Amino acid sequence: MAERILSGSEVVLQALADQGVEVVFGYPGGAVLPLYDEIFKQNRIRHVLVRHEQAAVHAAEGYARSTGKVGVVLVTSGPGATNAVTGLTDALMDSIPVICLTGQVPTHLIGNDAFQEADTTGITRPCTKHNYLVKNPDRLARTMHEAFHVASSGRPGPVVIDLPKDILVGKAPYLEPSQVQHRTYNPVVKGERSQIEEALEMLASAKKPILYCGGGVINSGLQACKLLTEFTRMTGAPITLTLMGLGAFPASDKQYLGMVGMHGTYESNMSMHDCDVMIAIGARFDDRVTGNLDFFAPHSQKIQIDIDQSSINKNVPVDIGIVGDVGHVLEDMIKIWKAKQYKIDANALDSWWKEIEGWRGKHCLSYKQPKDVIKPQHVIRRVHELTRDRKTYITTDVGQHQMWAAQHFGFEHPYEWMTSGGLGTMGYGMPAALGVQVAHPDATVVCFTGDASIMMNIQECATMTQYRLPIKTVILNNRYMGMVRQWQQLLHGSRYSESYSETLPDFVKLSEAFGFTGMTCNNPADLDDAIKKMLEIDGPVILDVAVDDKENCYPMIPSGKPHNEMLLGQETDGNEAIDSDEGMVLV
Amino acid sequence: MPPTELLRSETVKETEISKHTISVLVDNESGVLARVIGLFSGRGYNIESLTVAEVDADAHQSRITVVTSGTPMVIEQIKAQLSRLVPVHKVSDLTLAGPSVERELALVKVIATGEKRVESLRIADIFKARAVDATNNSFVYEIIGSPEKIDAFIKLMAPLGLSEISRTGVAAISRGTLTM
Repeated sequence: MAERILSGSEVVLQALADQGVEVVFGYPGGAVLPLYDEIFKQNRIRHVLVRHEQAAVHAAEGYARSTGKVGVVLVTSGPGATNAVTGLTDALMDSIPVICLTGQVPTHLIGNDAFQEADTTGITRPCTKHNYLVKNPDRLARTMHEAFHVASSGRPGPVVIDLPKDILVGKAPYLEPSQVQHRTYNPVVKGERSQIEEALEMLASAKKPILYCGGGVINSGLQACKLLTEFTRMTGAPITLTLMGLGAFPASDKQYLGMVGMHGTYESNMSMHDCDVMIAIGARFDDRVTGNLDFFAPHSQKIQIDIDQSSINKNVPVDIGIVGDVGHVLEDMIKIWKAKQYKIDANALDSWWKEIEGWRGKHCLSYKQPKDVIKPQHVIRRVHELTRDRKTYITTDVGQHQMWAAQHFGFEHPYEWMTSGGLGTMGYGMPAALGVQVAHPDATVVCFTGDASIMMNIQECATMTQYRLPIKTVILNNRYMGMVRQWQQLLHGSRYSESYSETLPDFVKLSEAFGFTGMTCNNPADLDDAIKKMLEIDGPVILDVAVDDKENCYPMIPSGKPHNEMLLGQETDGNEAIDSDEGMVLV
Repeated sequence: MPPTELLRSETVKETEISKHTISVLVDNESGVLARVIGLFSGRGYNIESLTVAEVDADAHQSRITVVTSGTPMVIEQIKAQLSRLVPVHKVSDLTLAGPSVERELALVKVIATGEKRVESLRIADIFKARAVDATNNSFVYEIIGSPEKIDAFIKLMAPLGLSEISRTGVAAISRGTLTM
């Protein structure tokens, strides 16, 4: 086949099109002008102009997580690339497939401290799964296709391709995706059969089993989530999900114990602590999940399934570590479980569930909604209730509102929950919602945020207006950086150092200034109407809800404590001080 | 309060620190060494010695030999983390794989006259070190051997006018027919 010679920019666009890319989130600048010129000349790929490069990456993350596809970002050199670093780190921590194309000064100027030059591959090396600097036009097409392979296979993650301007302007040969094969990066997807059999035997002999599942299940795809549900029902074992795993298993199912971890449910954490066999599926024993490692699930045998070998035995030593794609391994597990007619001892399982029901009886998420002030949890619950009849996607920022959303919004399906888990990036919510709404123009997209978080990427209001993205942003406004305030209250003698939002904007006027509707609500009696009205408006809305400013997020495992020493908050009125030096040094 | 002492995790963590020599076969592309070094510094692993050179010019492959130390869990992590780097072809723990040969080369400059100068030559002879440069008041010795042998040589040279050392770091390969 004769080589097709195109311009570098044409090669990039052709490769994106051949990889099935429909939309790119980006911001132009000097070094990427040739690419923007090419975008101008074509109609296959849509470009969404954000107002800050960090937001471009979060938008691509939202797009990726709500579709299962790769999100694509295009930014310029220097500040364009450095602004994207937070988003890239976020995508790395949460294993989100993102391709970030960065402009670069022409190759002959690299290293000369040229205008808008930054050592992009150097800066992004530790915050990407992999990165490339394309210095040779012959490598351009290959690099583009390889990058998609690397970003989306194995444990997904962000990949940066740094593109010097002369490469974009000059000629380069084009290769089809099918002509490119990666030499080294071919992750294992099938789990080792003997290990799977051993694991199932261990599970079948359990008296107090638990399935602990995370974002890896969702990354593995919709089919993997279906298989997880099937497997869970077959075994009859209780299941808990991590923050990143919400939606992988239906929240309304009776086998579901709620979220695990620092702000997980009492029943879930107690079950983790007391279990005798734990299967971790696509979950990485994050410190927010395990609490104090010395006391983590002390009587359990542990099985871990993960596509990333380095996630196994990293924080918690396991008895059986299966390297493979969750979907493939679950498929094998279901087959073998059926073929060998395994069954967990019914009596044992029955008494385990009785024990769990006892913990459930604590109703750890309960709250009282008074007449005079709106409880933040109530807002989440009401939005959940009033959006049940529509396809709804939820994004959040980071802090108390995020945890309340995770606790109180019941996620029935995967891909509907977008949050910054690993990195905890304030400012993630609104741009992520942009990406989700672009991918699902007819769906309802709600961004739960706080009065502090929203200010971190507030400029994206302009993007919402420009593309008429009808995102519903709900601010749980307590005039505090709530989670900071909560920790100061619990660990630092209620000295609220710099955590009060002294000068918040008028969010109604702000919305109007950006060209859409702003609403407020401070009376519990008006809440439902406000939510309904917000949902009915055909366009973006910011709903600023004044919530109880004293409310803290419970239950909570304080830093440095084991799972069975949760603070429930109810009996203490949230005024429990934690006296622990060990906890103080932890984050 | 629950009796937390009794609830301590039953999995005993092995805390004994041991030294491992790890060979890594990588694509010889720009930034690959930075990736490996960045991995060690970013995750707080130890590098005691590191050598790198191209071993297959046609396939553009380099071999990195890194000597590191840690608990068994940390060593396992290091290998898993190295394996998942995109340009890495193969990771082999020579310490676990069986017997291996480790060699290092050092150039050692000794500036001395009189008896010390002669004594340094005698010791070099014992160690089979070669003088590769000489002036009236200095020698540069070339010594090849295990890191321990080189350490011993340097120690003996210290009182004899030792003034500069350049070491290559460890190159290692497994004994017998075993290959990476």
